[in-house]
Amino acid sequence: MKSNKSPEEYLKEHADEARAAVTALKNSSNPVIYVGAATCGRAAGALETIAGFETALEENGITAEIRKVGCLGHCYAEPLVIIQNPGFPPLLYQKIGAGEAGILVRSFLKDGSDPCYEYLIGALEADENFPTLMDYPRYLYEKRVVMAHCGLIDPAEIDHYLAVGGYESLASGLKKGSEWVLEEVKSANLRGRGGAGFPAGRKWEIARQVEAEEKLLICNGDEGDPGAYMDRTLLESNPHQVLEGLALAALAVGAEKALLYIRAEYPLAVKVMESAISQAESKNLLGANILGSDFSLAVSVFQGSGAFVCGEETALIESLSGRRGMPKLRPPYPAVSGFAGRPTIINNVKTLSTVPSIIKNGAAWFLDIGTPDSPGTAIFSVVGEVEYPGLVEVPMGVTLEHLVVDVCGGIKNGKELKAVQIGGPSGGCLPASLMDTIIDFDSLRSVGAMMGSGGLVVMNEDTCMVEVARYFTDFTQGESCGKCTFCRIGTRHLREILHSITIGEGLPGDINDLTEISEAVVAGSLCSLGKTAPNPVLTTLRFFRDEYVAHVEGKCCPARMCRTLTAFYIDLEACARGCDACVACCPTESIFTTSNRKKAIDQEKCVKCGECVYACPPEYDAVRRVSPPELIPDQGVEPLPENEKEESEA
Amino acid sequence: MSDKLVTITVDDKEISAPAGSYLLPVCLENDIYIPNLCYLEGMETPPASCRLCLVEIEGRPGPQVSCRCLIEDGMVVKTNSEEILKLRQIAFRLLVSTNDGSCKSCISNRSCELQQIAKFLHQPLRTKRLRHIDRAYPPLIDDHPYLVYEPKKCLLCGRCVYVCNNIEKGYKLSFAQRGMDTIVSFFGSDLDPASAFCKECFACTEVCPVGSLSSKEKWKAFVDGLK
Ligand SMILES: Cc1cc2nc3c(=O)[nH]c(=O)nc-3n(C[C@H](O)[C@H](O)[C@H](O)COP(=O)(O)O)c2cc1C
Ligand code: SF4
Ligand code: SF4
Ligand code: FES
Repeated sequence: MKSNKSPEEYLKEHADEARAAVTALKNSSNPVIYVGAATCGRAAGALETIAGFETALEENGITAEIRKVGCLGHCYAEPLVIIQNPGFPPLLYQKIGAGEAGILVRSFLKDGSDPCYEYLIGALEADENFPTLMDYPRYLYEKRVVMAHCGLIDPAEIDHYLAVGGYESLASGLKKGSEWVLEEVKSANLRGRGGAGFPAGRKWEIARQVEAEEKLLICNGDEGDPGAYMDRTLLESNPHQVLEGLALAALAVGAEKALLYIRAEYPLAVKVMESAISQAESKNLLGANILGSDFSLAVSVFQGSGAFVCGEETALIESLSGRRGMPKLRPPYPAVSGFAGRPTIINNVKTLSTVPSIIKNGAAWFLDIGTPDSPGTAIFSVVGEVEYPGLVEVPMGVTLEHLVVDVCGGIKNGKELKAVQIGGPSGGCLPASLMDTIIDFDSLRSVGAMMGSGGLVVMNEDTCMVEVARYFTDFTQGESCGKCTFCRIGTRHLREILHSITIGEGLPGDINDLTEISEAVVAGSLCSLGKTAPNPVLTTLRFFRDEYVAHVEGKCCPARMCRTLTAFYIDLEACARGCDACVACCPTESIFTTSNRKKAIDQEKCVKCGECVYACPPEYDAVRRVSPPELIPDQGVEPLPENEKEESEA
Repeated sequence: MSDKLVTITVDDKEISAPAGSYLLPVCLENDIYIPNLCYLEGMETPPASCRLCLVEIEGRPGPQVSCRCLIEDGMVVKTNSEEILKLRQIAFRLLVSTNDGSCKSCISNRSCELQQIAKFLHQPLRTKRLRHIDRAYPPLIDDHPYLVYEPKKCLLCGRCVYVCNNIEKGYKLSFAQRGMDTIVSFFGSDLDPASAFCKECFACTEVCPVGSLSSKEKWKAFVDGLK
């Protein structure tokens, strides 16, 4: 069914229609309310916000359109709402619950007078009456390539993607040919964003060169790292960008079948992608003879059932084949022999989402962003003790310091930065002294961390690094598939030793054993789960060794985080006579009144939850935390005699 | 495999073997012992899961599993470097740190491959170097009509799963759970009619390197004999 129209001409018809529809929405005489309703927004209450708007609009007799959009990445400010009110620039609001929605409708949409500055972040476009987003460091320093349209376009409508130039890269790829697409991505040196950083173009070329009846392209949306959700965000916020990248990759490889492997815990992403696929098919952007060319691609969604290790490419293929999700030794690499023995290319969601912009702007443009060996941008999910957690996209090559301090606002509550854990559960913990490390694949690896999938946990001075290592090791050992000896048993030993150390039962040889076992697990494991699982242990041992020694030899947790090794007491000098603020907060009723009517903690009953630290009014700030517990000073505490108790209550 | 012979050097000994053979069996046939548990002769792609057969190969980074390494002409192999010996010892200690039960009351005492490997590595069968890890299973699982399984002895080498899955009509043994909870499973009580086949087969019990999987009948006789 080849036609004489070029793919670009074909696309133009769709794009013109789409632009007309989107322009009509932009120029609508009624207000349009865009609510960030990706999974993260929903968790923050976006659906209640929408209900709030609906009720308020009806009560006030206002006609307005409500659109669910994806995620802007500003998780600290969710639910996020953009209001397009005729006569105003589009305005972005933060933390809009149902109540605030009602206020916005009454004050801004009904009266048109008050744009509710108290909830406003800024205008999306330059405007003399409003601050614009570019006035904020977060927006200024970010470089949005992959996330450029996230949270701004309606993922349920292909027109919104077409109107911003969507599928133009596919059309030009079809016109210029698969070889050109391959060469462009190869020269752009796009490295895989799923963790290992293998150049995508080179991988495609391997599969392209294999003679095979059928080749397969898989988008890896398994995203099992706890706390990482950038892939989910991209799937939910800009599904067609993923599909366009997938189609370009398939074109370059010569695959006519593609699969999106999405974890079953992401039902919204599955729904969004399924709808996007059928919309793209209906416009002949996927399916048979795409845009009148002789390239066809059938795309479907596969829901993965959950284990972290299923994100590893060989385990993913096993799981697709209906077998137990266990990794297999490579070679053979999937690019040569993967699903059912066919050449199979597996790329991460972020990798594929980057492809359309490379094809559109050219390899030279891409190489201009980032560092020579790691061009492009990196997307991190920054969590922990920073002021502005969320998803950020920065050019490769910026320092960790810049990311944490400038882009994410630095450490919360005036505390000190102690370390960052970068690269997910098998990344490394880097100390504050290494914050000048550059973010790219190779420099992170050189200090014992890794890009991983882009998880970044920021920790302050109150964090115990042994406990951090224990936490991550607990995760990875639980996710070990159990196939090979070092990972299955070695990671369990690591966890057991770390656990012992954090509860004060560390033995003299433990630090050595941790090193020895870690190194063996790295050297001897079959797949990268095992090979990287000891990273948190190795990096904390390297950069925070004295904390381990303090735990093992002094039974002391210097950060005063490990419960068994710490104790709370109330400084009688600081405690206010007659104040009761802490008493009720204690879940085990361990706080009693002393003979001079101050408060003290019964150490036998205390479970060290730390609630009293927060309950004590800041002007007294009398609760102290010490490690080891023997450091509690003898303040000569006497309980208030029974007979005086009643007196005081009367 | 082809008829073409290639020559490799293993620990300074020159060996000729057919191109395309795996390194481990070539070494074993030439009296160079490399500890191994998960490999079985005739496997097309060995699982390389026990990690005991690691060796050093000149020009390749890091230790390599010999059971999955195809020999190439001129390859230079070391099976006894310091790093390899250390890795083997650690792997062995890890394995025995999760094992329970005494050799004296074990059906495979003296025919046990773990005992042989211990001897070769000069390692005790009970390690004092590591904490003991108890596997959360009963010592005996005997709901199969013809087989008994002692999970705390299992090394999870996978030989039984492999042979069972390579027998056409066989009842399919498989792994279940993950991480330290991984176990070989008969999958439930619904064993007919396939289990009738087990009655005649017992291939899995024959390949088990230790006394973890046994024929119920033999196991009963053995236990009675202990009394
Ligand atoms: C334990 C483990 C889990 C992984 N999980 C994922 C994942 O969730 N998503 C992903 O894209 N890659 C994951 N990977 C990496 C994949 O094996 C593979 O390298 C990647 O999907 C290739 O895509 P890329 O080249 O675009 O990065 C994982 C690897 C390991 C070892
Ligand atoms: S390293 Fe861990 S996850 Fe990978 S194959 Fe071995 S046991 Fe399985
Ligand atoms: S039962 Fe025996 S053969 Fe099967 S995995 Fe365990 S040790 Fe290996
Ligand atoms: S024999 Fe090679 S890994 Fe087990």
